[in-house]
Amino acid sequence: MDSVKDSRISGDLPAGRDQEIRGKIDVLNLNAWVADKQALKNINMKVYENRVSAIIGPSGCGKSTFIRCLNRLHETVSGAKSSGNIFLDGENILRTGFDEVVLRRKVGMVFQKPTPFPTMSIYDNVAAGIKLYSRYSRGELDGIVERSLKHAALWEEVKDILDKPGPSLSGGQQQRLCIARALAVKPEVLLLDEPCSALDPISTGKIEELIHELKKNLTIVIVTHNMQQAARIADFTGFFLLGELIEFDITKKIFMAPSDKRTEDYVTGRFG
Amino acid sequence: MEHQYTAYDQELASLKDSILKMGGLVEELIFKSIESLKNRDRNLAKEVIKQDVAVDRLELEIDEQCINLIALRQPKAGDLRFITTGMRIATDLERIGDLAEDIAERSLELADQGPLKPLIDIPKMAELAQAVLRAVLDAFVNGDTAKLKGVWDKEREIDGLRDQVHDELISIMVKDSLSVPRAIPLLLISRHLERIADHATNIAEDVVFMVEAKVVKHGGGEKA
Repeated sequence: MDSVKDSRISGDLPAGRDQEIRGKIDVLNLNAWVADKQALKNINMKVYENRVSAIIGPSGCGKSTFIRCLNRLHETVSGAKSSGNIFLDGENILRTGFDEVVLRRKVGMVFQKPTPFPTMSIYDNVAAGIKLYSRYSRGELDGIVERSLKHAALWEEVKDILDKPGPSLSGGQQQRLCIARALAVKPEVLLLDEPCSALDPISTGKIEELIHELKKNLTIVIVTHNMQQAARIADFTGFFLLGELIEFDITKKIFMAPSDKRTEDYVTGRFG
Repeated sequence: MEHQYTAYDQELASLKDSILKMGGLVEELIFKSIESLKNRDRNLAKEVIKQDVAVDRLELEIDEQCINLIALRQPKAGDLRFITTGMRIATDLERIGDLAEDIAERSLELADQGPLKPLIDIPKMAELAQAVLRAVLDAFVNGDTAKLKGVWDKEREIDGLRDQVHDELISIMVKDSLSVPRAIPLLLISRHLERIADHATNIAEDVVFMVEAKVVKHGGGEKA
């Protein structure tokens, strides 16, 4: 199998046993502003298909802004703007006129705090997204809900209480419910913005195990404050500092022998 | 740069101190074991055998420090390489301590017998082995692989001297079978010294990994 070269990556990219590694998202010279403040400075990074990429860095370093650019959620904040290019499968999603609804169907997102729709049942929470896009028969919807909950590793826990309100679940279950809702529309990329920071270690473990399963069919970008989490689940890790992408490399490299002194200081817990 | 947690810095500093203490003690044991051989000094040889217990104790201490750091601090990058290297260095130093003890035991066997021949090559081997050990510990403390320069050359020199000593002793034994009880311990001592240098160069390879994150052992890369 041919190895893929990426100038940011040291050595060859770790190819999967049965698939060649392929770029899914290509970020080129991305800049982003929130009001007058520049939140991202000339970011260049590749997100690889069927891999987990973790984004780490101290608060305010731009990591959330970065993933919010990947589904153009960033620009929905008033005063926010961006420049540069983001190619999803070769198509520039920042191009004027690119359909954001189509984009967000392809690039789903789960947030730090579980966000089940409060007045909806578990079933309706999962079906909420899919109903926006097309009309389905009850039978089709049943199938999608079941499949999504199974993919989110929540089905066994909720299959008998599908009509209960979403918020009645535990925090970890609610987060998996949100993942199920995101999966229902069959996204190609899943963005996770600190999905476990409000969860206990057991729920966190379930989500991490789930991420490991999901990457077989999806590309995942996860923002995390928890460096151990990045080390456990990510194939690639990017370190952001003051709006810059300081280093992006194979996770093992970042945690064993980072190239940049600032990355070393951050991952070893020294003041930056 | 300092850690966010002062206690973590202190733990790492204390680990470094323990390794240095162990290294210093082991250097001293090599020196004393060879002195006891040269001077037929039974007391000094016994002292070495007794002091090796302290080396063993330090190994256990260092192991515990390293395991605690891994479990409690989840070290990363340079810290992780420092700690894993520290564990390996302690293992090599402990083996070197044992070899110094072995030399002291041979020296006890020889103390009551007349000299077989003037000791020239063995003290030279010991000096070289000590120089290698000093250099690798110095490189470890300063995190500076430049200090490893010459270490592998010295190891090869020691190997050559061992071969020389072997050939010489074998020809003595062939000529005079009565020399065997005095020749065998010397043969073993030259072997012990050669092993000491091997362990010291293992440490050198570990230091390269610690500083440069490069694996050089088992031909894993170019040697300094």
